[in-house]
Amino acid sequence: MPPQRKGAAARVSEDTEDLTRHPLQAILLADSFATKFRPITLERPKVLLPLVNVPMIDYTLAWLESAGVEEVFVFCCAHSKQVIEYLEKSEWILQPNFSVVTIESHNSVSAGDALRLIYERNVINGDFILISGDTVSNMSLTQVIQEHKERRKKDSNAVMTMVIKQSKLSPITHQSRLGTDELFLAIDPQTKQLLFYEEKTDNLRGIIPLDNALLGDNPSICLHNDKQDCYIDICSQEVLSLFTDNFDYQHLRRHFVKGLLVDDIMGYKIFTHEIHSSYAARIDNYRSYDTISKDIIQRWTYPFVPDVMFSGNSATHLEREGMYRASEIEQSRSARIGTFTVIGKGTRIGNNSNISNSVIGKGCSIGSNVSITGSYIWDSVTIEDGCDIRHAIICDGVVIKSGAALEPGVVLSFNVVIGQQFIVPSYSKVSLYQQPTVEDSDEELEYADNSSGTVDSSITCTMDTLNREMMSETPASQLGPGGVGHVWSICEGGHEEEWRHSVAPIPADKLAEATQSLEDDLEFLNLDGNALSTSGELKPGRNGTDSEDDDAEDSRDDSIYYEKEVEATFLRAVNENIKVPDVILEMNSLRLSYNMTSADCAGAIFYAMMKQALEIPHATAGELRKNAASIIDAWNNLLKFYSKEIDDQIEVIMKFEEMCLESVKEFSPHFSQILHILYDKDILEEDAILRWADEKKDAEESDKVFVKQSEKLIQWLREASEEED
Amino acid sequence: MDFQVVVLAGGTSKKLLPLVSKEVPKALLPVANRPVLSYVLEQLELSNLKDLIVVVEGEDAAIHVGGWISNAYVDRLHVEVAAVHEDVGTAGALRAIAHHLTANDILVVSGDLVFDVPPGALAAAHRKHNAAVTTMLCPAPVSGPTESGSSGGKDKIKKPRRYNIIGLDPSKQFLLHIATGAEVEKDIRIQKSILRAVGQMEIRADLMDAHMYAFKRSVLQEVLDEKDEFQSLKEDVLPYLVRSQLKSELLFNGVPQAEESGNEKVGSQNNQAVVSQIMANASTPSFHELSSGNSGSTHVRRIHKCCAYIASESRYCQRLNSIQAFSDINRDVIGDASHLSGYSFSAHNNIIHPSAQLGSRTTVGPHCMLWEGSQMGDKCSVKRSVIGRHCRIGSNVKVVNSVVMNHVTIGDGCSIQGSVICSNAQLQERAVLKDCQVGAGFVVTAGSEHKGESLARK
Repeated sequence: MPPQRKGAAARVSEDTEDLTRHPLQAILLADSFATKFRPITLERPKVLLPLVNVPMIDYTLAWLESAGVEEVFVFCCAHSKQVIEYLEKSEWILQPNFSVVTIESHNSVSAGDALRLIYERNVINGDFILISGDTVSNMSLTQVIQEHKERRKKDSNAVMTMVIKQSKLSPITHQSRLGTDELFLAIDPQTKQLLFYEEKTDNLRGIIPLDNALLGDNPSICLHNDKQDCYIDICSQEVLSLFTDNFDYQHLRRHFVKGLLVDDIMGYKIFTHEIHSSYAARIDNYRSYDTISKDIIQRWTYPFVPDVMFSGNSATHLEREGMYRASEIEQSRSARIGTFTVIGKGTRIGNNSNISNSVIGKGCSIGSNVSITGSYIWDSVTIEDGCDIRHAIICDGVVIKSGAALEPGVVLSFNVVIGQQFIVPSYSKVSLYQQPTVEDSDEELEYADNSSGTVDSSITCTMDTLNREMMSETPASQLGPGGVGHVWSICEGGHEEEWRHSVAPIPADKLAEATQSLEDDLEFLNLDGNALSTSGELKPGRNGTDSEDDDAEDSRDDSIYYEKEVEATFLRAVNENIKVPDVILEMNSLRLSYNMTSADCAGAIFYAMMKQALEIPHATAGELRKNAASIIDAWNNLLKFYSKEIDDQIEVIMKFEEMCLESVKEFSPHFSQILHILYDKDILEEDAILRWADEKKDAEESDKVFVKQSEKLIQWLREASEEED
Repeated sequence: MDFQVVVLAGGTSKKLLPLVSKEVPKALLPVANRPVLSYVLEQLELSNLKDLIVVVEGEDAAIHVGGWISNAYVDRLHVEVAAVHEDVGTAGALRAIAHHLTANDILVVSGDLVFDVPPGALAAAHRKHNAAVTTMLCPAPVSGPTESGSSGGKDKIKKPRRYNIIGLDPSKQFLLHIATGAEVEKDIRIQKSILRAVGQMEIRADLMDAHMYAFKRSVLQEVLDEKDEFQSLKEDVLPYLVRSQLKSELLFNGVPQAEESGNEKVGSQNNQAVVSQIMANASTPSFHELSSGNSGSTHVRRIHKCCAYIASESRYCQRLNSIQAFSDINRDVIGDASHLSGYSFSAHNNIIHPSAQLGSRTTVGPHCMLWEGSQMGDKCSVKRSVIGRHCRIGSNVKVVNSVVMNHVTIGDGCSIQGSVICSNAQLQERAVLKDCQVGAGFVVTAGSEHKGESLARK
C-alpha cells in the first residue's frame, strides 16, 4: 500500500499518476439504517441475512473483489459484533490484494453519520465506491470509474456518479418489481447530469413540478419514470467532506442528492451512468428480497449464482429446470421438487411433499405432505407433516407444527414456534421479541432503529434466558397450541402498504383497488384540467394553489416575525431618540431581510406607532387619541416614506382596521378621528381613503363598521373631489 | 387527400401597427414584395392541398384578402374566404366556420407563416397515427441579431426566447406535454400519469409550436362545441387535448354514433391501434392493456393520440407576428432563405427588376431587392433591403436592413436603417431614420431625425 496521504493533500495533487497509485477503495455500509426487515433485524443484521443461502454481504464483497476494488471499509453499526465476527471468520480477511477493514460505530443513526465518521478516520484518499452491504451486482466498474474520472478532470464539481438501470414499473401499483416506490429522474440527455430526483411523489397529486430554471441551461431534459436507482455510487473524496460540512445530511438520497441538486451555490454536480446488460439491485424490502432471490436462481447475477463457489457457500449442483441441490440431501422418492428451487445441505424432505419456487436452507427437516411454494426457509427449520406454506420467509430455528398453515406474506423470525393446526394470517410478522412500543414518526424511527439494534446485540448474548422467559410469557392462544412468539401488530395505516413490500404476490383485490384509484387519479386530473383551462392565462390552477396556500402560511409566519421586529426597532427609535433617516435605514434592511413589500412596511410601522401610542399612559379615551396624534406627528416623515403609493396607504388603513377589530380594540372608537389626522398630515391621500371605502362596499356588514364610522369623512372627501372636477 | 385546410389569416393585428391598415391586413403584408399569405398558399398547393377556407377577421379585411386571392389563385386553388368577428380568437374563428368543415381531417394553418416545411408531411404523420391532433413543431428562432448597419458583426449571442415547453416521447412522435403562453415561464408541471405510461419524456424548450395543426374533424368540432370557453387553439384546445389524452372525454359526451359511422376506425379498434402504438414506443405496457385486462372495470379507457411533427433544423419556419419578425422574415427571404421567395437571384445575389433604374455610382448590395419601376438617384447605397414597386429615391440615399414598400418617395440624402417604410410614404430630404416604422402615406419632414419611433398618420 502506498503511504497514507492526508485527505487535503491528496485532493490538491490530483493528476492521474497519483490516482492510479491509489488502490481502488470502497465504503460498504453494513447497516441499512432502515426498519423494513424488522422483526428479523432485531436479532441479526440485515447484511448477514441469507439470500439464496449465502449472506447478503458476501454478494456485495464478492462483486467488489471481482470488480477490482482493493480496499473495502465495512461500516458496521447495528449488531456490529455479529458483522465483525462473521467477517473475521470468513475468507475475505485472508484474500490477497483485497483488504477488508471494519469500522465500528455505536451511535450512528444514518448513512450521513457513517460517512462523517469515515471522514474523520481519514482513510479514503481518492475516488471511492459507496454501496450498502445488501447490493447484488455483477456490473463492471471499469467504464463508470473511467467516465467519472474523465468528468472530474474537466469539472472538479462532478462529485458523484450514480448507477441507474432501466426498470419497468407496474402501471397499476407504480412500484418497481423490487417493491420500491416510483422514482422520477430528470437527466440531461447529453451530459447525463442528474437534474432532478424525486422518490415519494404521492403528495403531488398527479403533477410533477420541475423548476423552470432547469431548462434555462439545457435546451432539453429527459424526464424518466422508468429507471431504478441501483444505490451504487462512484464518489469523489469531496462527498465525505460535504457530509461533514452539512451535518444535517442523513439520508444518501433524500438529503445528500437532493441537497446537492437544490443548492446551486456550490455548483456540485451528480451524474448518472446507466447499465444495460449487467445486473445491479439493492435489497430494500421483502419484495426485493423475493425478486432478487429469483434473479439469482435464474442466473441473472452470474457469476454470483448458487452453483458457483464465490464465497463460503457449499457445493451446489444445478439440475434441470433451475433446481439447485446441495449435498447430503435426504429426499423421499415421493416428494416432488419443482422448478427454480434451491435445497440446502443436509435437508430432509418427507413423503409426498411438494416444493416449488422456494429456497430451503441447510439442515432443515420437512415432514410429509408438506406443500411449500414461493417461500424462503432458512437454516435448521423444522416443518412437520401436512403444513401448507405459501410465500413466507421463515428464519433459522423455526418450528412449524403439524397441520399449520401460513398464508401469503408471513414472516417468522428466529426460533418462533407455530402451534398445531394454526393458521397464520397473511402479512403477519412473528418474533420472539415483543414489538417495540414506543414508535415515533417514521423518520425518527428509521434513524433511531440501530441504536436499539445495538442494544439488541447485547441482548443476544443472553438469548437463552430471555427465550425461556418469553416462552413462558407468550399466551399460547396467539400462535396455537404450543406456539411461541409475539405476533407484531401492524402499525396504524401500515396495513394498507403491507402488500406492497411483502414477498407475496400482490393479491387481485389490491390490484383492482389500485386500478380504481388510478382511474380516480385521472378523473381528478381531467376535472382539474377543465377547471383550469377556461382561460389560457389562468393555469397555475388548483394544484398550484395548494402549494400557494403553504406559501401563504409561511409568509404569514414571516410577517408576524417581521411585525415584531419592526415594533422593537420603532420602540428603540422612540426611546433612544434616533433620527428618522436612520430609522428608515434600519427599516429598509429589515424589509429586505424579510422580503417584504413597501406596503407591508407601511402597515407594520403604523402598527408599531399605534402600539406605542397605547403604551404611553393615558387616563381617558381622549388622551389616548392625543397620544396617537402626537406620535403620528412626531414620526410623520417615517410613515410617509413608506406610504408614498396609494396601495401602501390602503394597506395602512386596512392594518388600522384590523388592529381595531382584533388586537388593539381601544382604538376602535377613534377610528375616524385618527383617519382624519392621517389625512390632515398628508399621510393618506383622499384617493386611498375612497378606494378603501369602495373596496369595502361589498364586504359583510361586520366588516363595514369602520367604513360607517368614517362615513362623514368619506362623504366630505367625495364631495370635495367632485367639486374639483 | 381528404384534408380540408383552414387558413387563419387574422385581421389587422395591433402588434403590427402601423404596418397594417384596413387596406393592408396582416395577410397582405409584403414579404419580398409578395403578400405573406402567398407563402402559405404556395406550400399548400405544393402539397396538393387545394380545398381551402381562408378565415379573415373583419369584413373589410376579408374583402381585400378575397380580392387578392381571386386574382392570384383563380384557377389553381379552391378557396373560400370567410369573415369572422375580430377578437374571437383562433378557436372562435374555427367555431364560426365549423359548419363548413366536412372532410375527416382538418389542417389548420396560421396565415402569417413563412415556411418551407411541406404541410403534406404533417398530414401524413397525422394519418399514420390516426391521431386526434398533430402539431407541427419547429426549432425556436433565435431572434435576429439586429445588426446595427455599418458596425456589423456585433452579434450579441442572445438567449433564445422560449416559446413553448414541449414534452415528447422517446420516438419524438407523440406530444405528451405542452406549455404555452404565460405558463412557459412558470415551473414545468408534468402529468404523472402520462409520464408513467410512457416511462420517459423528453422536455424541450427549444421547439416552437408553429401554428400548423392537423385535427380530426370530429374531435375538433366536439371540443369546440363542448368547451365554449376555449378561445385559442394554441393555448386552450391543444393543451386540453394533450392533457386529456390518456383519459379522453371526447367520445363520452359527444356523439359516439356519428363518430362511429363517420370514421370506420374509431372505437375499440382505434383503442387497440393506440395501445399497440404506445406499446411500441413506450417501455411500459400502456394503462389501457391493464385496465382492460382487469375484468372488474366495466368501461374501457378512452384515449386519443396527440402527435408531433418536428420540422428539421434546415427548414425555414417563422411567423410574421411582430414588427421584428416582419423585418427578420423580409431579410431572410431575400437572404438565407432565398429559395422561399421564388425569384431567381442575379449573380450578385440580389434582384433588380429590369424596369428599375439606377443612377450612376449607385450600388445595390447582395441580399437586396429592387422592384418594378423604382428609380434611384446617384450615389445611393442599398444593403440587405427590400424596395417595392415604383419608388422614387433621390441621390445620396442609404438604405440598410430596411423594407420599403410601394410608391414611396425618398428625398436626397436620406438615411434609412433597420426601418419599415409603408406604401405612399414620403421622406423629405435628409431625413434620418433608425429602427423606425413609417405608416402608409406619412410624410417625414426634411432633415428630421428619428430613432426607434413609430411614425404614422393620426
